[in-house]
Amino acid sequence: MTPRYAMVVDTRRCVACKACVLACKAENQVPDGFCRDWLVEEVRGRFPNLSAENRSERCNHCGHPPCVSACPTGASHVAEGGVVLVTHHKCTGCKACIAACPYDSRYVHPEGHVDKCTFCLHRVQEGRQPACVEVCPTECLHFGDLSDPDSEVSRLLATRTWKVLHPETGCEPNVYFLK
Amino acid sequence: MGGFTRRQFLKIGGAAAGAAALGGGLTTRWFGLDGDPVDDPGTDGDRVVPSFCELCFWKCGILAHVKDGRVTKITGNPAHPLSRGRLCPRGTGGIGLLYDPDRLKKPMIRREKRGQQEFQEVSWEAALDYTAEAMLRIREKHGPEAMALYSHGYGGSWFKHLLKAYGSANIAAPSYAQCRGPREVAFQLTFGSTVGSPENLDLDHSRAIALIGSHLGENMHNTQVQDFSRAIDRGASLIVVDPRYSTAAGKARWWLPIKPGTDLALLLAWMHVLIEEGLYDRDYVEKYTVGFDRLKAHVADKTPEWAFTRTTIRPEVIVETARALGGARPAALVHPGRHVVWYGDDTQRSRAIAILNALLGSWGRKGGFFIPQALSLPSYPYTKYAYHPKAPPDAPKNSVYPLADEVLASGLCMASIPGTAAYDVKGWLVYGTNLIQALPQPDVVQKAIQALDFIAVVDVLPMEIVGWADVVLPEATYLERCDEIDAPPWREPFAAVRQPVVEPMYDSKPGWWIARELALRLGLKDYFPWKDSVEYAMHRVHGAGLSCDEMRRTGVIRGPRVPVYFEDGLEPSFATPSGKIEIWSQRMEEAGIGGLPDYTPPEEPPPGMFRLLFGRAPMHTFGRTSNNRFLASVERGNELWLNARIATELGLRSGEMVVCVNQDGVRSEPLPLKATERIRPDCVYLVHGYGHDAKGLSFARGRGASDSRLVTRVRVDPAMGGTGMNVNFVRVERAA
Amino acid sequence: MNGGMLEVVSGRHNAGIDPGLHVWGWEVPVYLFLGGLAAGLLIWSAWIEIASGRRPESQALRWGPWLAIVALTLGMGALFLDLAYKVHVWRFYLAFKPSSPMSWGSWILVLVYPIAGMAGLGGTSPEERALVGTALQRVHLDGVFGRLVGWADSGRRPWLGASMAVGIALGVYTGILLGSMASRPAWNSGLLGPLFLVSGLSTGAALLLLLHPTPRERHQLAGWDGVAMGVEVTLLALLLLQFATSGQSGLLALRELTVGAHGASFWSLVVIGGLLVPLAVVLLERFRGLPHTPLAPILVLFGGIALRVILVSAGQATGFRAL
Ligand SMILES: Nc1nc2c(c(=O)[nH]1)N[C@H]1C(S)=C(S)[C@@H](COP(=O)(O)OP(=O)(O)OC[C@H]3O[C@@H](n4cnc5c(=O)[nH]c(N)nc54)[C@H](O)[C@@H]3O)O[C@H]1N2
Ligand SMILES: Nc1nc2c(c(=O)[nH]1)N[C@H]1C(S)=C(S)[C@@H](COP(=O)(O)OP(=O)(O)OC[C@H]3O[C@@H](n4cnc5c(=O)[nH]c(N)nc54)[C@H](O)[C@@H]3O)O[C@H]1N2
Ligand code: SF4
Ligand code: SF4
Ligand code: SF4
Ligand code: SF4
Ligand code: SF4
Ligand SMILES: [Mo]
Repeated sequence: MTPRYAMVVDTRRCVACKACVLACKAENQVPDGFCRDWLVEEVRGRFPNLSAENRSERCNHCGHPPCVSACPTGASHVAEGGVVLVTHHKCTGCKACIAACPYDSRYVHPEGHVDKCTFCLHRVQEGRQPACVEVCPTECLHFGDLSDPDSEVSRLLATRTWKVLHPETGCEPNVYFLK
Repeated sequence: MGGFTRRQFLKIGGAAAGAAALGGGLTTRWFGLDGDPVDDPGTDGDRVVPSFCELCFWKCGILAHVKDGRVTKITGNPAHPLSRGRLCPRGTGGIGLLYDPDRLKKPMIRREKRGQQEFQEVSWEAALDYTAEAMLRIREKHGPEAMALYSHGYGGSWFKHLLKAYGSANIAAPSYAQCRGPREVAFQLTFGSTVGSPENLDLDHSRAIALIGSHLGENMHNTQVQDFSRAIDRGASLIVVDPRYSTAAGKARWWLPIKPGTDLALLLAWMHVLIEEGLYDRDYVEKYTVGFDRLKAHVADKTPEWAFTRTTIRPEVIVETARALGGARPAALVHPGRHVVWYGDDTQRSRAIAILNALLGSWGRKGGFFIPQALSLPSYPYTKYAYHPKAPPDAPKNSVYPLADEVLASGLCMASIPGTAAYDVKGWLVYGTNLIQALPQPDVVQKAIQALDFIAVVDVLPMEIVGWADVVLPEATYLERCDEIDAPPWREPFAAVRQPVVEPMYDSKPGWWIARELALRLGLKDYFPWKDSVEYAMHRVHGAGLSCDEMRRTGVIRGPRVPVYFEDGLEPSFATPSGKIEIWSQRMEEAGIGGLPDYTPPEEPPPGMFRLLFGRAPMHTFGRTSNNRFLASVERGNELWLNARIATELGLRSGEMVVCVNQDGVRSEPLPLKATERIRPDCVYLVHGYGHDAKGLSFARGRGASDSRLVTRVRVDPAMGGTGMNVNFVRVERAA
Repeated sequence: MNGGMLEVVSGRHNAGIDPGLHVWGWEVPVYLFLGGLAAGLLIWSAWIEIASGRRPESQALRWGPWLAIVALTLGMGALFLDLAYKVHVWRFYLAFKPSSPMSWGSWILVLVYPIAGMAGLGGTSPEERALVGTALQRVHLDGVFGRLVGWADSGRRPWLGASMAVGIALGVYTGILLGSMASRPAWNSGLLGPLFLVSGLSTGAALLLLLHPTPRERHQLAGWDGVAMGVEVTLLALLLLQFATSGQSGLLALRELTVGAHGASFWSLVVIGGLLVPLAVVLLERFRGLPHTPLAPILVLFGGIALRVILVSAGQATGFRAL
């Protein structure tokens, strides 16, 4: 079975500390002023009846990635495990993919190519966890293969309630948020 | 896969950026060969050095990746029990400290008046001679006790040793009277043991947790947050008592937005319910405690209704939460907090927390407080201290702090203002603490410094305190030096080493070297018989029968697992006068404070003013990381939290710049307003550590506002001298 | 729940992406405008000849394809300026991605040049041919030139047909480029293709009107221009209607264009100044004998630019993050 990589973010455990953002920046030499993952903190209600949700967000490595469809050069492509990547040397910086991504997950790297989360495929290929997953002090980030029903991510999705962001885009995101 | 990546090509090409870019564009594999290699950013080190972190004082194990002589990234050491392979956000930020362009680079001697921040760069010889001469002069004229050391941070051990050898016992850190002092005193009084650092909390297994202000998740001590998160995952009932909807409150089953300063009333009411409803641990209390009957009588009238009128927490919520705690005991704990110097009655409040935990039977129990165990390492032999130093002067003339068991940083500061204490302190050696931001009442601190004969500062960055120094001694960062072995009491015994990852940059020197060089000049050579800190550390490792090789290779050696709970066969013992858990404390009674904690109402904010509260942001440590550009990439300033309704009433909008003006007319630097539902209407909140005005901090300077500047009043804890700082009130104005 | 107040803090501050998307500045709308204009020029210069069965009388129409080439080249220049990785521009031509309008576009552009060139050659006057032929003699290319001219003349009608075809493709593509992006509510409509095509037609006609066509040609062009504007008004109305009836994201787009940050400029520059006023002028000229002035064509050209600038910007201002 070909793998289908996914990330599962446990919003109940996440404390919005941004260790994941910093670890990613260091691991992937994300340039100053940009990030591949980021935190969204939502608080609902009125004092004192409040509820909160913290989400560590990144590219959703969509099952139907409009960024890949929009790319004229093939630089944006679906790699192993459904991971959506940008091949730097093929990228013209036309930004069609940026415009096409409903999640605003991409940005233009100062070198000129478009950049975004890679699910740390260079680590995953070596059997390591993505940098953000590895560092997270609350263990709220989980990475794995959805095609394997015994993987941690599969089990979490099978046993917990979850959502994806804006399912109405039809992009079939592969970053899941546990409630 | 991967192969010949673009980035590598650039490095090999190494030509002008344009040419390289062109090359990168044209020389990639063509047509059929034109594949999609998975880009490897190449940040894995060709050398990986295990060490431990110093971005805060928790000391997590790290792996520092070095490539081409540069530290590329820092990750958690999976073998280290305090990191377990994970790091808090600050832990990854060592690169931002190491490569901070503003670092202190050369020793300096003051040129202008103190505080003008005008210095002359000098050689180490000159700086050390100057310092040693000044210290000798002080010893001659006023006695060695007139020299004080302020030290915070693990490299301080060398200087503590130096000062003791020199003959002074006046060694203090702001982590006592400005931080966890009241807690340690209260737990020592109650259980005969402090909570210590890292705290002996078994959050991991707790089934009910009450946080009294402790804002875990913002307060980011790595292991503790990991344990906290696991407790959440396992469905522990979480009760968060905080005037602010903290991150932790966002996870809580119950958020109790308590009126600031009234926690003792809530704690007493919880005791009342536990006792009334028989939810306390009867056996445990009978077996191990003294003073229960007095407590029972003491809290008989501390009903939830009584507490409601003081705390604004509804009686039924008080009952429910008390039941949640009682129902989960002994795997239930009321978190003792850490920064607990709030209202001056903090030892009392901490005692109430200790007593609650005694009622829950959680001390020594799984899911409560484990009994930590340390690996013992023999010390490196050196000459015994010759002096019998004079007792610290830090109790200002008119009052005493009978239960203080550490020297008070604030006390030494006071004693530096001539004529206020038992004797005058004339010289300061400051290691790794920015006293301008860490001590309350900045005007007192400045007055004290101006009265000194001499002040030397050992630091890594040109912080505010550096600007006041006569001599500045630039230390190498934790990634460039070896320090004392770390072997704290913990759930499992271990010992860890800090080793140099790269050579010291610029003309900075490791603390051990600076201390030793000073010792040589002070005639204290025999106290520093080691060649260097590596030899020192390895001597201790070797002496403990541990493998130095393994230590250097893995950074940490774990001792055998030992029982840490009473139920695992650990024999309960309490180092109190009675040998039992002291619910009623004779020593507190004798000190005139009261054998049982009593509630005293806090002062109300004057009309139009708000109580000033402050705390932590997860990605920064106090003010010491605000100049860290790497960490600042995710947070670069603070905001003033103000209740949204109040903001509307004041005509203020989120995002606009405001200033705080305190009860003494002191104005803060401008900072953006956060109008939010997340805080009570009677207080405001900001993150501590911003508002730097030191010239040399080219990045942090002018960002955000300093809470320290607004803490012009304190309420001193009569038990141990802690400086209660949550007693300041501010008005909020639109910035001009 | 909880009374519905929502406080959101986002930690993402990527340049060009936050607080609002801004990856396409003036270059892309200018390119879209010039592309549309080129399409209009190609289509009109071919259509007028096909419809009347005669060679164009005016310089303007004969040179239409050449103007189209100039417009397109300028447009591609703007597009090139927009590329963040300029030295990789050739990558467009190492791939054909059927799913990518941008890819279609780059290949259409490749087709436009020879076809427009042949259409343009066929429209040249004997004097012009002689002039060029002499010039090319020096480099011994006069023979090739002659053969090309012959080819252009003998296949005049097919070339004109092809010219119209690539013109239509080009015009539609400039709209599809945006319209295919469901990610941006204000672009998310199939109507953008035809809308940009008719807008291209009217700007093409407007430019030709400014270049001294013969009265007969003017009459034809102005007529078609009026029709195009009429259709454009209808399409715009349909677009707004579609937004109004396609849920949350549509409403977001509708709000953005009509009452949001882009509302004022949309109504004043696109609808009124760029469409209704010139349409009225054209109608008055035709049916009420108002004298011909450059007013209407100039307004149409400005309206054409405004339409692209505003739509490109409004699209970036609307996104799922607001939903
Ligand atoms: N990221 C990060 N983590 C840190 C540090 C850091 O600098 N950065 N510093 C470390 C150190 S040394 C310490 S001491 C700890 C400090 O961490 P804590 O011990 O958690 O610190 P406090 O200052 O007690 O906590 C501040 C919280 O108390 C609440 N509070 C204020 N007044 C009251 C009150 O009257 N009653 C109640 N119930 N709550 C109140 C505030 O709203 C705020 O949420 O953090 C440690 N962890
Ligand atoms: N107003 C207010 N005051 C407070 C607090 C508060 O929340 N508000 N918190 C209190 C608490 S809980 C504590 S624990 C204290 C903390 O007080 P401090 O420990 O003094 O904290 P910082 O102000 O960050 O100062 C740390 C200093 O150490 C330097 N430093 C960093 N690394 C090294 C190193 O490797 N070597 C040397 N030589 N120097 C180094 C930094 O540059 C900086 O000057 O503050 C207390 N004071
Ligand atoms: S590191 Fe983990 S806990 Fe921290 S913000 Fe990221 S996902 Fe949340
Ligand atoms: S989130 Fe955006 S960038 Fe990532 S795969 Fe989906 S569409 Fe592409
Ligand atoms: S910017 Fe690069 S990756 Fe994105 S669509 Fe254009 S060529 Fe493809
Ligand atoms: S998976 Fe890798 S690239 Fe993606 S956010 Fe995490 S660390 Fe960054
Ligand atoms: S808690 Fe964070 S900053 Fe403190 S030692 Fe651990 S990793 Fe370093
Ligand atoms: Mo502290």
